[in-house]
Amino acid sequence: MKFKQTLLTVTLALALGAAHAVTLRVANQGDVQSMDPHSLNESLQLSFMGSVYESLVGRGKDMSVIPLLATKWSQTSPTVWRFELRKGVKFHDGTPFTADDVIFSFKRATDSGSDMRGYTAPVKEVRKVSELVVDIETVSPFPILPDTLTVFAIMSKKWCEENKAERPVDRRKGVENTASFKANGTGPFRLKERQPSVRTVLVRNFNYWDKVETNIDEVLFTPISSDSTRVAALLSGETDVMEPVPLQDIERIKASANLTVLQGPELRTIFLGMDQKRDELLNSSVKGKNPFKDKRVRQAFYQAIDEETIKARVMRGAAAPTALMIGPGVRGFLPDMNKRLPYDVEAAKKLLADAGYSSGFEVGMNCPNDRYVNDAAICQAVAASLARIGVKVNLQTESKVSYFPKILRRDTSFYLLGWTPSTADAHDALYNLMATPTDKGQGQYNLGAYSNPKLDDLTTRIQTETDKAKRGEMIREAFKIQQDDIGHIPLHQQALAWAYNKNVSLTQLPTNYMYFKWVTMKTK
Amino acid sequence: MLVFVLRRIVQAVIVMLAVAFIAFMLFQYVGDPVTNILGQDATPEQREQLRVDLGLDQPFPVQFVRFVSKAVQGQFGLSLRQGRKVSSLIAERLPATLELSFAAAFIALVVGIPMGVYAALRRGTFLSQLMMTLSLIGVSLPVFLIGILLILFFAVTLKWLPSFGRGEVTTLGFWSTGFLTTDGWKHLILPSITLAVFQLTLIMRLVRSEMLEVLRADYIKFARARGLTNRVVYFGHALKNTLVPVITITGLQLGSLIAFAIITETVFQWPGMGLLFIQAVTFADIPVMAAYLCLIALIFVVINLVVDLLYFVVDPRLRIETSATGH
Repeated sequence: MKFKQTLLTVTLALALGAAHAVTLRVANQGDVQSMDPHSLNESLQLSFMGSVYESLVGRGKDMSVIPLLATKWSQTSPTVWRFELRKGVKFHDGTPFTADDVIFSFKRATDSGSDMRGYTAPVKEVRKVSELVVDIETVSPFPILPDTLTVFAIMSKKWCEENKAERPVDRRKGVENTASFKANGTGPFRLKERQPSVRTVLVRNFNYWDKVETNIDEVLFTPISSDSTRVAALLSGETDVMEPVPLQDIERIKASANLTVLQGPELRTIFLGMDQKRDELLNSSVKGKNPFKDKRVRQAFYQAIDEETIKARVMRGAAAPTALMIGPGVRGFLPDMNKRLPYDVEAAKKLLADAGYSSGFEVGMNCPNDRYVNDAAICQAVAASLARIGVKVNLQTESKVSYFPKILRRDTSFYLLGWTPSTADAHDALYNLMATPTDKGQGQYNLGAYSNPKLDDLTTRIQTETDKAKRGEMIREAFKIQQDDIGHIPLHQQALAWAYNKNVSLTQLPTNYMYFKWVTMKTK
Repeated sequence: MLVFVLRRIVQAVIVMLAVAFIAFMLFQYVGDPVTNILGQDATPEQREQLRVDLGLDQPFPVQFVRFVSKAVQGQFGLSLRQGRKVSSLIAERLPATLELSFAAAFIALVVGIPMGVYAALRRGTFLSQLMMTLSLIGVSLPVFLIGILLILFFAVTLKWLPSFGRGEVTTLGFWSTGFLTTDGWKHLILPSITLAVFQLTLIMRLVRSEMLEVLRADYIKFARARGLTNRVVYFGHALKNTLVPVITITGLQLGSLIAFAIITETVFQWPGMGLLFIQAVTFADIPVMAAYLCLIALIFVVINLVVDLLYFVVDPRLRIETSATGH
């Protein structure tokens, strides 16, 4: 009986509370796959968990590196960074945050089940200097360490140990892990409820160490995978914010009196790559030689592709054509070099004829159909463009689950890829996309094996160069080399599109992160 | 009887093994979950190591044998996408799919049978012609389109009903139900209608043609000759005899309602097994796909078994035959 009464009181309190609570309902195409911030290096995952867990440093609205759990940081020697930690921060369970948690989190993130190993790889050791000071020693001089730590979450040592979550879940061992469905961070929101693929509820952490602009008490996150249903949920007022917006629905949503669409450039660059390594292409009518080894052929392809039409028709305006492999917002972006070679069918034909292919040739092309915005349609448009200079493209489009394993085996001659530098720094693109592939991981996504030793050398030096001006010059030089070589054909940066009710105001980062601390809602 | 059931169970095991075998053969072509599990910053060695650790580098007969030997012990492993037990994922999703399927079957029967009867009795009238035309549309319109049209009309334009999800659910032990809240009922309406449309038209057309057939039978003429009222003739004699094939078809169709709820669940973001399966396919989450396909095979086998046993009850001839061979 007493229990019943308590239950009634609680229910009443909840009901009354709910009347005043400001709830933000968010719908996304996909679900956050785990509550474990170290389990997956993917933008939705990191964006959502970024409201629950925090890193030593974070990103401001202008993408600058801002203090979060660390208040100050500096390089004490070329390989050592000292971080002073914030005083008085508590995890959601009340445990104070200390240097031990930082050391523990770095150790946890190196485990085999972690997908954060890319961020911890440059780190040799994390040392405790005092309760609130740590030194991070890197393997080699690493000037952009703070940039790489902006999404690296700090977890509570005590909580992880108590919940047997010292390691991220390892799918290979077949054992579940508490951290996959519970959370205990230091962030402005706490996890209240988790129903995978149905809904995830966050509530405000009123003991948060900082003043935040948000007035939201509760975030209700729902995955809605079907595009049209997601649009319908917004139009019918069942959700306040939704993303991504299918391009064809943008006008319709904008036409609605109380809804709006926020579009901004994403850091991701969409580009085409060509096999420049094999002596004979895998799928081509040209035998005994590889036409892509000839710069004239690569340039002919570049100039034959009508990117403006792709932007206007395929992307419905939601793209920024680019001549660089990185977009604005990535450190090292070079606005003055962002000029595409002109679209010129006649020039392209002539280049192709000069290279000895006056009647064109056939080539196979690989393309994903569910990874980037209208990816398959972009490839079809490219194929149509190339047909005008006599190149017959045999296009194969497929789902990302079969596409990526295939192209990572380098089983392709001509492919489309999109890339967001996870450090928001030009070095990431140089190292992964443009440098000569090695078995150490360099050039891992340089799937056509474009290679220029000068660029390789610059890439290595950029990694350890601590002088900002010098570093900038080297980045410029490296991108110039790739542009002159036409190592790849950059197409565009796709635009992000979020749709929401006009009573919501929010901030969109070019990484497609939505931090709830920057969301406010007008209440009636 | 026992022998019959045992024989059926042996057949069921063979069917499920065959389904699992074919499924594993197809899994060679669904792609590779490794690039989804590890983000873009993982090294090639990390990818290769994960592939080896998950046993994905093995040829499919080896993967198949490993799956079967674990499945026999009731272990389906962890979902590669969510890192949670496949068995608990499916147990979580099963109630949603079953409630949706039963609601759809209920609508299909309750609306389909009277419509079929009416169309048979009032053949040629405007209303029955209209029903026949509508049923053609129902049979030929794809499910996702019906779903989207319903959402557009009832959720976006009229704002009467919710467009997605299951709404508020109550948990009773292991079962989560939407039947106990108004919100749950509201969320059920559109998806269950969408899922019911095809079955409804099928049942209506079946009842109509069976009814027309029966009405021509001699015993109906005799019944009329005895001076029975229309009502008794139609509903006491004709309809009763019509229902035998309808029950059979409905039983079998229930299986396909459960199995083919995939599209409806995707359109309405209904958190059932179909949605789980589709999400697994787009991630190449092999443990979930394998367990789902086996479960669906099991459901079909069980329904078939029940239908066969019902024949035993309904048709005395079968009983005589088996007891004769039993001696």
